[in-house]
Amino acid sequence: MPDTDREKETPLWEVFVQEAGAEAHQHAGSIHATDAELALQNARDVFARRETIKSIWVVPSHAITSSQPEDEPALFDAASDKIYRHPQFYKTEKASDND
Amino acid sequence: MTSNRVEHGGAAHTSSRKALDHFVLEIADDALVLGHRLSEWCGHGPTIEEDIALSNISLDHLGQAQCLYELLVENDANYGSADKLAFFRDSFEFRNCILVEQENGDFAQTIVRQVYFSAYYYFLYEQLSSCPISLLSDFAAKARKEVSYHLRHAGEWILRLGDGTTESKARAQAAIVQLWPFVEELLAPSEAASILIAESQVFEPSTVSSAYKQYLETLLSEATLEVPSSTAASPLNGRQLKHSEHLSQLLSVMQSTARAHPDALW
Amino acid sequence: MVEGHFGRTTRIRAMSEEQRTKDFLSRIDAKETIEPKEWMPERYREQLVRMMSQHAHSEIVGMLPEGNWITRAPSLRRKIALIAKVQDEAGHGHYIYSAVETLGVSREEVYRKLLDGSAKYSHIFNYPTTSWADIGMIGWLVDGAAIINQTMLARCSYGPYARAMLRICKEENFHKKQGMEIVSRLCRGTAAQKAMAQESFDRWWWPTLMMFGLPDEKSKNTAELMQFGIKLRSNDELRQRFIDMNVKQAQEFGLTIPDPDLYFDEDSGHWQIGPIPWEEFFEVLKGNGPCNRERLDAKIRAHEEGRWVREAASAFAEKRAKRRAKQ
Repeated sequence: MPDTDREKETPLWEVFVQEAGAEAHQHAGSIHATDAELALQNARDVFARRETIKSIWVVPSHAITSSQPEDEPALFDAASDKIYRHPQFYKTEKASDND
Repeated sequence: MTSNRVEHGGAAHTSSRKALDHFVLEIADDALVLGHRLSEWCGHGPTIEEDIALSNISLDHLGQAQCLYELLVENDANYGSADKLAFFRDSFEFRNCILVEQENGDFAQTIVRQVYFSAYYYFLYEQLSSCPISLLSDFAAKARKEVSYHLRHAGEWILRLGDGTTESKARAQAAIVQLWPFVEELLAPSEAASILIAESQVFEPSTVSSAYKQYLETLLSEATLEVPSSTAASPLNGRQLKHSEHLSQLLSVMQSTARAHPDALW
Repeated sequence: MVEGHFGRTTRIRAMSEEQRTKDFLSRIDAKETIEPKEWMPERYREQLVRMMSQHAHSEIVGMLPEGNWITRAPSLRRKIALIAKVQDEAGHGHYIYSAVETLGVSREEVYRKLLDGSAKYSHIFNYPTTSWADIGMIGWLVDGAAIINQTMLARCSYGPYARAMLRICKEENFHKKQGMEIVSRLCRGTAAQKAMAQESFDRWWWPTLMMFGLPDEKSKNTAELMQFGIKLRSNDELRQRFIDMNVKQAQEFGLTIPDPDLYFDEDSGHWQIGPIPWEEFFEVLKGNGPCNRERLDAKIRAHEEGRWVREAASAFAEKRAKRRAKQ
């Protein structure tokens, strides 16, 4: 049974949830919905069945710009030798204090 | 417990005790029957997401029913158990309203039934959660959160069905008209509710009723749908144990396994 | 998703197909995880789409045999737990469809192939659920078999699939426990309950053993799937693990295993079973199982009857977007 022409593909949304006690929103998965309100509602039903969730964000998947795998060296390798960005670089008098 | 709270169980309070039991049964049976109806959708919804959503609402209702049946059993061991109340009563002993026993029909009918139902309970629980009977106020405070989500879910759908396609509008409007005669039963306080209102002011029916009507008017007008003009209420009344044929059919399915093995533990 | 704009190198583009495949396979051997936008051999992508679609469809069709008993569950506790379980399956199907979509196939497209009969789902869901005991057996045996398979897949080479499996495994454990609790109750119950459990066990034992797929020497996909790091254990290995685990469990329940040839092989330390009736398996796969028609019809009906609802939601979203654009 082919779908009629009228039935379009339902837009995809990325879902970010903030669990109780957690600090930042984390990507939980994606969801199909025709509009933002339904996306939020669907996300709540699909991703908050068990966990206690404080807040949910839904973002149209097409609004996300992603780095490309072949960008990896250019974008991220550069940072890996910037040792001064990591706390372990700095010696304190009592080494066990803050790491 | 504050001094103006009403204690139940003393010999002097037999009539209000009975009224309280009946009132709790009305709420519990509503939840059980509607929870059962919604569970019939599981696996057959219009989208996977909606399957999950309707199951969530069903689970909330069944949880509410179970909780209330257990409270009844705690207060009076003669009830036996929550399962006994759910699976071993006949249809003429059920106190649920006629609205919830109506068949699922199409998605529009299910959603309209949910809006009619959840809107009533939303405003009822709002009042019950500060009523002097702690059994009711404790339960209402918790259930209200669930119901407010059910109302939001069904309300969002009413907007989409009403202001969606010509077909969805026609289906939504048909469901609104078809289920309207069963709304009156919800809004008119039952005998049990009237006794509790007279004795302990558990809630104010006219406030619930006017908030309900105003909510419905606003929602339906935003959904470009019409509130039915007819006021003819159904002659059936579940609070008075006068049910439609649907309830006994529903129960004959729901209770079949339990009744085939009355001595079994599951 | 929109392509990134910065620093794109042509290093990978310049490589030959052969060299890329070689690099890819050495990444698999090094247990690296493959992510959606990375280069992968077309065959890897095809196998993943086929396998993940089947898996997702199985979750969705699998709702039906159990859903059949939601309205007749014998107690409130059982009713609530069963709804939650069947609902989880919808959720699992959803997770896996999302994972398939990362490979550039839309859920609509994948789902259409289920409805037109061109995609497969697990043969096990074409068996009928005729008594309440079947709900226990499905939880214990069918979900038990699924967990063994999914625990392996949670370590597979494709990131989105592995992550979906990880989440699903956590939830499936409750399904299996629930099933075992049901069976255990029945086996300690009235004579009628015990008989119900044995009758059901007799029907499910062999079909669940078939869930692990054909014997290794006859399975045409296994070698390639293992090379790709999608499967990490062979069908027979997984099946043997299941048998060893559940022969003991059945004995604890007091159930008789419907296999006159079953014996414990001291040398290998494994239980040996009699011949699996593969003819039955092929018939079910061909569409001649007891419930193939009913299962597919139910999903087609739900899809058709839901069409106007989905259309309404789309129409509403368009109208709202236009209204908001005007404001």
